[in-house]
Amino acid sequence: MAKLSKVQRHKRTAAILGEVYAILIYAVLYIPIVVMMVFSFNDQRYNYYWNGFTTQWYGKLFHNSALIGSLWYSLIIAVLATVISVVIGTLGALGLKKYEFHGKKLVNNMLYVPIIVPEIVLAVALLIIFMNLGLSLGMGSILIGHCTFCIPYAVVTIKGRISGDGDTLEEASMDLGANRIQTFFRVTLPSIMPGVMSAAFLSFTLSVDDVVMSNMLAGAKNSTLPVLILSMNKSGITPDVNALTTIMILVIVAGMLLSNGVKALVKRRSAV
Amino acid sequence: MSKQPSGTSDLQAIRRKRDMRRKTIPALAQAGPVSIWMILFVTLPMLFIIYISFMSRGVFGDVVYQFSLESYQTLLDATYFKVILKSLKAALLTTVLCLGLGYPFAYYIARKPPEVASRLIMLIMIPFWTNSLMRLNSWLLLFQTSGPVNNFLQWTGLVDRPITFIYTDGLVVLGLITNMLPFAVLPLYSSIEKLQKSLLEASADLGATPSQTFFKVTLPLTFPGIFSAIILVFIPSLGIYTVSDILGGGKVLYIGNIIKNQFGSIRNWPLGAALSVLLLVITGLLIFIYTRFAKIEDMEVV
Amino acid sequence: MAESIVSLIDVEKRFGSNLVVRKMNMEIYEGEFLTLLGPSGCGKTTTLRMIAGFEDATSGIIKVQGERVENKEPYQRDVNTVFQNYALFPHMTVFDNVAYGLTIKKVPKDEIRQRVAEMLELVQLTDYERRKPDELSGGQKQRVAIARALINRPKVLLLDEPLGALDLKLRKQMQIELKRLQKKLGITFVYVTHDQEEALTMSDRIAVMNAGVIEQLGTPMEIYDHPLTRFVAGFIGESNIFDGTVTAVEGDLLRVDTPAGKLLTRGSGFAVGEEMHVSIRPEYLEAGERNADGFDLPARIKDFTYMGTVVKTALDMADGTELKLSRFEQDANAHEGDKVYLSWRPEKSVPIKKSHT
Repeated sequence: MAKLSKVQRHKRTAAILGEVYAILIYAVLYIPIVVMMVFSFNDQRYNYYWNGFTTQWYGKLFHNSALIGSLWYSLIIAVLATVISVVIGTLGALGLKKYEFHGKKLVNNMLYVPIIVPEIVLAVALLIIFMNLGLSLGMGSILIGHCTFCIPYAVVTIKGRISGDGDTLEEASMDLGANRIQTFFRVTLPSIMPGVMSAAFLSFTLSVDDVVMSNMLAGAKNSTLPVLILSMNKSGITPDVNALTTIMILVIVAGMLLSNGVKALVKRRSAV
Repeated sequence: MSKQPSGTSDLQAIRRKRDMRRKTIPALAQAGPVSIWMILFVTLPMLFIIYISFMSRGVFGDVVYQFSLESYQTLLDATYFKVILKSLKAALLTTVLCLGLGYPFAYYIARKPPEVASRLIMLIMIPFWTNSLMRLNSWLLLFQTSGPVNNFLQWTGLVDRPITFIYTDGLVVLGLITNMLPFAVLPLYSSIEKLQKSLLEASADLGATPSQTFFKVTLPLTFPGIFSAIILVFIPSLGIYTVSDILGGGKVLYIGNIIKNQFGSIRNWPLGAALSVLLLVITGLLIFIYTRFAKIEDMEVV
Repeated sequence: MAESIVSLIDVEKRFGSNLVVRKMNMEIYEGEFLTLLGPSGCGKTTTLRMIAGFEDATSGIIKVQGERVENKEPYQRDVNTVFQNYALFPHMTVFDNVAYGLTIKKVPKDEIRQRVAEMLELVQLTDYERRKPDELSGGQKQRVAIARALINRPKVLLLDEPLGALDLKLRKQMQIELKRLQKKLGITFVYVTHDQEEALTMSDRIAVMNAGVIEQLGTPMEIYDHPLTRFVAGFIGESNIFDGTVTAVEGDLLRVDTPAGKLLTRGSGFAVGEEMHVSIRPEYLEAGERNADGFDLPARIKDFTYMGTVVKTALDMADGTELKLSRFEQDANAHEGDKVYLSWRPEKSVPIKKSHT
C-alpha cells in the first residue's frame, strides 16, 4: 500500500469521522422509532417496561374500538384536509406566481405565518373565533385548523416547483387552439404534478400526525389518533398503539419506495 | 396626439371590459380562495387574539370586554416570568445544539453526489412522518428509572444508583432536539449545497487553509441557511407543549403548556392571549431581523 | 397579384408609459416570407405577439384574412406560433406534442396518426414519436415545434427568433430547411430575428425596425443596396457612413463635403446645402496613390484583419473616424502606416436623407 501524505491521511480520517458522525446522528433520530416498533411486541398490558415477546397486539388492535375509531377519524380528516389544501394551494401557487393585485404582499406574508408561528398560537386564535361565533367544535373545526397550516405548506411546495417557463407553455397551448380551461388541465396541471403530489403527501402526513390543533379544536365526542395517544399518556400506552403506528410507518415508507420505483420505471420505459 | 377615427372609443371600452374579464376572472379563481382563507382563518383570528389580550377576565372565567392591562401585568409576575425565561433558555439551548449538531451533518450530506444526498435527506424526513408522540414515548421508556439506559449505566459501573432522567428539563431538551433536528438540517443543507465549489477552490488557490476557507467563505455564504434554521427551530421550540407534557410529565412547564392551560382547566383567555401575543412578538422580531439580512425564499421543508 | 393576408393598420402598443410600437402600418402578402428585423427592444417581438394574440394592441386594427382579430383570443385565431424556447410540453411525447392542436379540435384518431406521421416526415423526425422533449437536442426540439405548429395548417406561421439557441452551423442548416419548407407549403411566414444575415438569406421582404418604427420595408436587395435611412445603412451588412453637406448638384451627380474630405455620389432629390449621409460598402472602397477626380479622402492604413473569406483593412481618416475596406486577398504592397487616397464609383455609394428623430 502506498504511503499517504499527511494531508491525504488527514482527509481520510476526516472522511471516516464524517461517516461515523452521520451514523450517530441517524441513530439518535431512529432509536425512538426502533424502540417504538420493538415495544409493539411487548407482552404487557401497558408499556412501562419490557416483559417478553408477543405478536398478539397486531391482532388485538383491530378489536380496540376506540383506537380504530380514532384512526378512521384521523384518516377521514386527513383525506379531506389534503384535498382541500391541495386544490386551494395549487390554484393559489399559480395565481400568486402569475398575477399582481392589491394585497398580494399581505397574502404572501400571511402564508408564512402558519409555518413559522407556533401552532399553539394559531390553534388558540381559531378556538377563540369559533367559540365567539358560537360554532360547535367537531370535525369541521379540526378540518379548518388542519387546512390552515396545510395550505401554506402546499403553496410553498408547489411554488418552488413552478418553472419560469410556465407562461410560454400556456401561450403555446392557447396558440394551438386550447382555451384557458383546457390549457389548465392538459398543460399547466401535468407540468406541476410532482409538486402537487409532494404537497399532497406533506399535507396528509401533517394532518395525520397533528396534535396541537386537533387537541384544542376537538369536540366532545371523537378524537383523532394523536389526541387519543396524548390522553393515554397519563394512564399508560397499550402496545396495540405501538403496533398501529408501526404499521402506519411501514405503509408510508412502502408508499414512498413504491412511488419512487414507479417513477424510475416510467422514466426507463419512455426512453425507448 | 393623433386623431382617432370614430368608433374606436366604444371599441376601446369593449376592449377594456374584455381585458377585465380575461384577466380578472382567472386571477380571482386562482389567487382568490387562498387569499380568502388566509384572511379569514389567519389574519382575523390573529387580530382578535391581540384584541382579547387587552381584555379582562371575569370571575367565572369568562371574558369581560373591558380594556385592561392585567394580563400583561401578570406576565411580569415572578412565576410567569420565570416560566417565560425558562422556555427561552430551553429554546435557545435547543437551537444552538441543533445548529451545532446539524451543520456538520448537513455539510456531510452536501458533499455527497446528488442522488445519494436526496436519499439521505429522505432518511431524515422519515421520522418526521411518524407520530411524534410515540417517539417521545420511546424516549420515556428508554430513560426510565428502571429502563435500558439506567440499566446500562449501572452495568458498566458508571453510576451506583439510577439517575432520574425522566421529567427533567434535560430530557425535554433532548426531546426537542430530536424533534427539531430535521428542521435545522434541511435549510442548512439547502444553503450549503448551493455553495459553488469554484469559490472554495478559488479560496484555496489564493492561499487559505481549509479552516480559513471555512470561516471566511463557507460560513458567511451559508448564513441565510443558518438563519432559516434558527427561525425554524427556535420559534416552534418556544411554543411546543407536547414535548414538555410527555417528557416533563406536568412537572416541567413551558410557555406552550401555560397557554394551553389557560384555555383548558384554568380558563383565563386574556392571559393565554397575552402569552400568545408575546410569542408573536418574539417571532416577529426574529423575522424582522431575518428580512434585513436575506430575502425570504421558499422555506423548503420538503 | 398576391393577396394581403395580415394587415396592421395604425397599430400602437404602449407598456405603461413606454411606447413600444408606434403607429405601424403594414400589409403582409399571402405566401411570402416576411421578416421583422431589428435590434433588441425595437418592438418586433411585440408586433408578432400582437398578431398571435398574446398582447393586445393599445390602439389600431389587426386583420387576418380580412377579419378583424383584435378581440379574438389566441385560440380563436388561425395563426400558429413557433416560440423562441420551443415551449414543447415536457410531460408529453413528441407525438402528443405535435398532435395537440388536432386533439383539441377533436380530429378523429386515425386522421391524427396519419397527419402526425406526415408532419414528422416533413421535418425528418419520423422515428421520434415516443420520445420526450428532454431527450431531444436543440435542433430536434426546434423541428418538433415547427411540426406542432404546421400540422394545424395555419394561414400564417409566426416564428419568434426560433434559431437563436442553436450553434452557427446548425442555424445555417435550419435556415435553408425553413426556407425550403415555406416554399413547399406556400404558407405565409412572419419571422422575427435580430440577425441581419439570417434575414437577408431567408426573406422575400424585410421590415427593418428601430425603436418601434419600421424604417424600411422592402426586398433584401432593396434594403442592402438602397438603404433609406442612416439606421438601415448601418444595421444591414457593413457600411461606412459619412455625414456631410451637398456642395453641388450636377444632374444625378452630387458633390458632398464631409469632415473627412470631399466625395462624389449619384443620387437625386437633394438640394445644395442640404445635410445628409453617404453610405459606401467596404467592398466598394478603392484605395489609390492619389486622389481620384472629385474625391479628397486621405487616409492612413491602421491594421489588417484576416476574416477567413476576406481581409478587412481599417483606415484612419483626417477627422479621426475609422473606415473599413474589404478585399478577397491581401494587397502585397499595402503596409500599416501607408498613406492612401480613397475613392469609389459614384453609383456604388448611397445617398441617404438625414433622419429626423
